[in-house]
Amino acid sequence: MRHPPLYVVELPTVSGLAGPLLFVDRATGAAVGEVVEVVAPDGTLRPGQVLEIDGERAVIEVFTGTRGLDLASTVVRLSGEPARLGVGTGLLGRILDGSGRPVDGGPPPMPETFADVHGAPINPAARLHPTEFIETGVSAIDGLNTLLRGQKLPIFSGFGLPSDELAARIAIDARVPGEDEGFAVVFAAMGITHRQAAFYRRVFSESGRMHRTTVFLNLADDAGIERLLTPRLALTAAEHLAFERDLHVLVILTDMTNYCEALREVATAREEVPGRRGYPGYMYTDLASVYERAGRLTGKVGSLTQLVIVSMPDDDITHPIPDLSGYITEGQIVLSRDLHRRGIDPPIDVLPSLSRLMNAGIGKGRTRDDHRQVADQLYAAYARGRDLRRMVAIIGEAGLGEIDRSYLAFADLFEQRFVSHSTRRSIDETLDTAWGLFDLLPAAELKKLSPDLVAVRGAADR
Amino acid sequence: MTISDHGEGRVVRVAGPVVTATGLERARLYNVVRVGEHGLVGEIIRLEQHRAVVQVYEDTIGLRVGDPVVDTGSALSVELGPGLLGSIFDGVQSLLTHGPGGAPAPFLERGVTRRALDARRHRRVHHSVEVGDHVEPGDEVATTPETATLTHRILVPDGVSGEVTALGSTDATIDDPVVWIDGEALGMRTRWPVRTPRPVATRLDPTVPLVTGQRVVDSFFPVARGGTATIPGGFGTGKTVLEQAFARWADADVVVYVACGERGNEMAELLEEFPKLPDPRGGGTLMDRTIVVVNTSNMPVAAREAGIYTGITIAEYYRDQGYDVALLADSTSRWAEALREVSSRLEELPGEEGYPAYLPARLAEFYERAGAVRTLGRAERTGSVTVVAAVSPPGGDLSEPVTQQSLRLAGTFWALDVTLAQRRHFPAIHWSRSYSLYDLGPWFGSRTVDDWDAQRRWAIELLAEEERLGNLVQLLGLDVLAPAERVVFQTGRILREDFLQQSAFDEVDAFCTLDKQYWMLHVIRHLHERLIATVTDEIAVEHMARLEVLTDVARMRSWLPEEAEDRARELVARIDAEVGGAP
Repeated sequence: MRHPPLYVVELPTVSGLAGPLLFVDRATGAAVGEVVEVVAPDGTLRPGQVLEIDGERAVIEVFTGTRGLDLASTVVRLSGEPARLGVGTGLLGRILDGSGRPVDGGPPPMPETFADVHGAPINPAARLHPTEFIETGVSAIDGLNTLLRGQKLPIFSGFGLPSDELAARIAIDARVPGEDEGFAVVFAAMGITHRQAAFYRRVFSESGRMHRTTVFLNLADDAGIERLLTPRLALTAAEHLAFERDLHVLVILTDMTNYCEALREVATAREEVPGRRGYPGYMYTDLASVYERAGRLTGKVGSLTQLVIVSMPDDDITHPIPDLSGYITEGQIVLSRDLHRRGIDPPIDVLPSLSRLMNAGIGKGRTRDDHRQVADQLYAAYARGRDLRRMVAIIGEAGLGEIDRSYLAFADLFEQRFVSHSTRRSIDETLDTAWGLFDLLPAAELKKLSPDLVAVRGAADR
Repeated sequence: MTISDHGEGRVVRVAGPVVTATGLERARLYNVVRVGEHGLVGEIIRLEQHRAVVQVYEDTIGLRVGDPVVDTGSALSVELGPGLLGSIFDGVQSLLTHGPGGAPAPFLERGVTRRALDARRHRRVHHSVEVGDHVEPGDEVATTPETATLTHRILVPDGVSGEVTALGSTDATIDDPVVWIDGEALGMRTRWPVRTPRPVATRLDPTVPLVTGQRVVDSFFPVARGGTATIPGGFGTGKTVLEQAFARWADADVVVYVACGERGNEMAELLEEFPKLPDPRGGGTLMDRTIVVVNTSNMPVAAREAGIYTGITIAEYYRDQGYDVALLADSTSRWAEALREVSSRLEELPGEEGYPAYLPARLAEFYERAGAVRTLGRAERTGSVTVVAAVSPPGGDLSEPVTQQSLRLAGTFWALDVTLAQRRHFPAIHWSRSYSLYDLGPWFGSRTVDDWDAQRRWAIELLAEEERLGNLVQLLGLDVLAPAERVVFQTGRILREDFLQQSAFDEVDAFCTLDKQYWMLHVIRHLHERLIATVTDEIAVEHMARLEVLTDVARMRSWLPEEAEDRARELVARIDAEVGGAP
């Protein structure tokens, strides 16, 4: 984050400290959202921001924590400016901390310009509807929950499930068929462990894509409140790359659950009326101010796509964090503990997964003409197989007819061959794998496939 | 009159979208104020002895104590007149489509409001009155063609009556007078405060359905013109797809689409497609009959709260001209959350789930603005506003307050079901939990066929029976069912998969005429009756699942509407041939 050279006002009137918050009196002239610098008794500087003003008292959140501050000698310096980030292509190839300072040993990046980290809402009337298919190389996503440029898609995961591996795989393998240039990744980690951070660093450096990547790292032992800033910095950097530098930017945010914990911490410290499970009532609006920064704009070449990791506490999809996320994002990829245990990798449960924008990005000229029907047929048949599995658990397989048994076999092979695969698949390979599975079912059961299509494909298969 | 006549105050507190100001003692509750150096739009929502509490419709970042707060002297209101159709507004009716260079600005800047109506455009005016005529509120004084199909009626406003003393030009802008009444000029443009319902002569019983072309809606759970419907459903259950299908296909003259706290990209789809799609009722494009009020989830939260009132006031305005208007609100939960967010900033005591105690009252005020009416004016026009409101219950749990209060108010309830959505059964409206309280059977009977209602009841009862048998089968297996029950089981599946499921993305299937709906159901019922008569043993049961006609039944959805009856009769004949058992 930028530290303006001139500080207009110094306030030695700190009147309270509570959790991550600092209260300062006689703060006339402080503006909501203004950046401040807190001078600790030991002389160190900590970045902060004005949250609220009430008469002469201002409430300030201190991004690197309030430990070691006091009332007597701590000083607050007002900057007179909102939080801004120096942005530009110079950020590519760099690793920064959660407040935007380099941690890769390099010099401070040279900014092209400064941008307000809160951004401005995209005008809905200026949005372009996402229609360009991103081939992630993962069949369960490309075939059934297609990701498009400008979309925001979360991965709902549980603790211990390989969401990092999936996100890294997509960051490396994702491409738009026929194009390879103009692609960049902005990676923002909130509260991830050193182990996870090391994993991502290794992946990015081995992929040979590090020169097209910017990394923001807020680690688990960094100040919790900084997590509120990190995704906004990442998105501000990404917006510049996408809408001013014409790049197709994939932003990976992990883990939004840690972000929401920080939000709750601040709300509690402000003694706000808590909403569901103690999270503040404005969490929906707050999350939206992060997620809705994905998109494409009329008259602009670039795009901003978000892949967000959300851990579901206790695998509960109705927990407020995944729940509110799901209401804002354009679908979700849900990882399943059951599939993971059975060695399906990636363990994507396609039934609760969804890509809302998929329909506009598939079909003739985009993926393949049979894509919609193949996806519908896969869903229908797999859903039936899963229902039957439950039934078999009670009444045994002997109680099933011949057709039902073929559905059971289909469900098993669907998971093993279609969902689970370790190498990158093109969309053609994904859809062809599906056709291979349809052979398990009697032709009359393939109701979602038009007869013409079956004739053409059947002939091609033979 | 200058703005400062009404008083200017100073900011003393800023907390999120809520600003407290002093020095506005003379302001009225719900007056609009402009806050700070950018002139952010706000509304006074509480007055205390020395302080006014203002909800600001824009981001409050950068506000300082001591910033000016200027009273505009008027309540939050919308501009009404010809030219609203096809427009895209934010929650406080600022036009989103025209930026500085003509194209929409990519990002929304603060303090910028754009007039709703084009003041430069000249319109052809056809006077309906002559000098010397006496006019009353609601009387039509002139008309002007607004789109290829809709004639905009210019009405005498509420509270005005007298003698027409002069006529204006027949080529006029919205600011030019159309007529003079007792010497007072009356133009095309009027304003109306959004929180006040527009008056009507009488309310009428809703007896005519709003035809939507969605089978599960029209055949099973229809909504009346002037009625209200609620669609609660967890995320991914298809609320937005359904609302957009209504916007596309509903048999209404005007559609007001209020996107309240939802996704920008989904709006982009609608905004890109509607200007290209032809209006199914003929004439121009879908956009020509549509007005969009959009406040996406990242736009300022207080304007989200206002958007729903802006939308319904515009809807009432077209209703008063004698049109049938559909107001589609997606989603009222986001509106309620905006209420909650502001309420918590005001430090009000929270009610259930943190919502303010006045949530039920506010919801009722909104829903009750729907209705079929006889309008003011001596022409005895009738018009309607139908409200279809989506609800987004947290965790998909329908026991939460917004869903429950909506159920208390709405006449039709479409229960979206997560399990159905996961099986890609769309629309995911669950047949056993949804209902319609409107008695529209007589209308269907008179317009379509006598046994519409009987057929509907048969289908709903059969599905209930299938569900009961399904529970049994889950425990004991299919073998426990008697042959007749096996028939019910199979027919239930056909009803679910081949009738209730409908693809919003398939060209033919997306819209289903009432006629086609009737014939599809007719075929399924006929097949069922033949099977009940013939399937009496295990061998017949085995045979039943392999009937060739089943494939044709599954493909009824692709019938063209005009050939529905012929193809149904032909299919019935083939069923009789293959199944036998004809009486």
